[in-house]
Amino acid sequence: MDNNLSLTLKIWRQNDAKAKGRFETYSLDKVSPDSSFLEMMDILNEQLVNEDKEPLAFDHDCREGICGMCSLYINGRPHGPDDDITTCQLHMRRFKDGETITIEPWRSAGFPVIKDLIVNRSGFDQIIAAGGYTSVSTGGVPDANAIPIPKPDADEAMDAASCIGCGACVAACKNGSAMLFVSAKVSHLALLPQGKVEAVRRAKSMVSKMDELGFGNCTNTGACEVECPKGISIANIARLNREYLCAKIQD
Amino acid sequence: MSNLFCSSIGKKLLMSLSGLFLITFLVIHLTVNSLLLFDGSGDLFNAAAHFMGTNPLIRIMEPLLGLGFFVHILYGSLLTAQNNKARGNDKYSSGNKTTEVMWASKNMWVLGLTILAFLVVHIWQFYVKMKITGDPLLAHTVIDVAGVETQVENAYALVNATFSQLWVVILYVLGSLGLALHLTHGFWSAFQSLGASNDIWRKRLTVVGVVFAWVIGIGFSIIAIAQFLFFQS
Repeated sequence: MDNNLSLTLKIWRQNDAKAKGRFETYSLDKVSPDSSFLEMMDILNEQLVNEDKEPLAFDHDCREGICGMCSLYINGRPHGPDDDITTCQLHMRRFKDGETITIEPWRSAGFPVIKDLIVNRSGFDQIIAAGGYTSVSTGGVPDANAIPIPKPDADEAMDAASCIGCGACVAACKNGSAMLFVSAKVSHLALLPQGKVEAVRRAKSMVSKMDELGFGNCTNTGACEVECPKGISIANIARLNREYLCAKIQD
Repeated sequence: MSNLFCSSIGKKLLMSLSGLFLITFLVIHLTVNSLLLFDGSGDLFNAAAHFMGTNPLIRIMEPLLGLGFFVHILYGSLLTAQNNKARGNDKYSSGNKTTEVMWASKNMWVLGLTILAFLVVHIWQFYVKMKITGDPLLAHTVIDVAGVETQVENAYALVNATFSQLWVVILYVLGSLGLALHLTHGFWSAFQSLGASNDIWRKRLTVVGVVFAWVIGIGFSIIAIAQFLFFQS
């Protein structure tokens, strides 16, 4: 194949959470445009191992866009130049031969770097643990038509539930705000009868945990929505505001 | 309710409510000022200014308006400081190439500061002279209010004299344009923070907001320019 790519990669290296990071530049030849971005990273790591250098640390798991592990800030955008996909679904055909690609970790006070391109996203887990679940005992599996749910509500709940918690919203937000994530997690439960039972407590505890962890305040720029690999709408943020304000008024 | 205003959404609620309150003020302000476009003698404007200065409701709203500005500026600055902290010290070296984000939405604090700077000059040029220090131009004039001869301050003379200076006109146009940009994001954002938005209403509110913003911005600009060009005797 003649259309292989030669790339210059400018990648963030950082030994551990406390160390000062720096950019290092690597060259990579003969990258197939059909390979995925993470496969390109694998090729680079193999090259580094063969040169007796330390390979890059980066998060990845399912490599099919559903787990939310991959998290690279590529050429000025979370998950790179394509829309509505995760880094693992990005392909090298999106890049040109001879291009310089800058790869950085998510940057936000809420997501400190652990090593190289890996950031600590346990803040999201703590927010979920604060209330992003239902504790209603549901018993056995009921018939699907036992609780009628309007189709539009079911659709909206499903759209919100497609959030994979990757953190691209926080990475893209000029305020490092986690509102899109929290609003998706509050919305997909608040829209359904099973989730409504605990909606008040959920909205209050998840928002208070989000604030406590030092995520920023939403200023409605909408950057999160543009960069979200799952296309979560900021209409969810309006719903979260509603849920939270109503919950607080009931106090 | 106890700690509502300590939470991020509570602080945004204050920004939203104070913002909407200031928007109603802008509507009244522009309505009264628009009288300047229709009457070269200034009697209409003087009558309106007299009404605004003596009406008990307006007198009650005046300190509330000051409070509205205070809350909006204070919490705007507070939220901006918190947001800068949350963003962290490390910036992206490849910049931010996210498209489809309104420029104004990312620069609300800077636009707010521009408006504040304008506001200081504006208050010094009119409010201070009319309410505190007085000005020889404000000497009483007699106008006909609903058939009754009434002695009022000649606010029109002060307006007319102030806008005879080119630098003032330029400053006011810049202030109005800053305000318009601030409102293009601020209007719909106020509803979003209240929770009064969804995928359908967001589009409507954005359109209404942008139209409203430019009516306000261009409206104030036209009045200043018209005073300079057409109403100087």
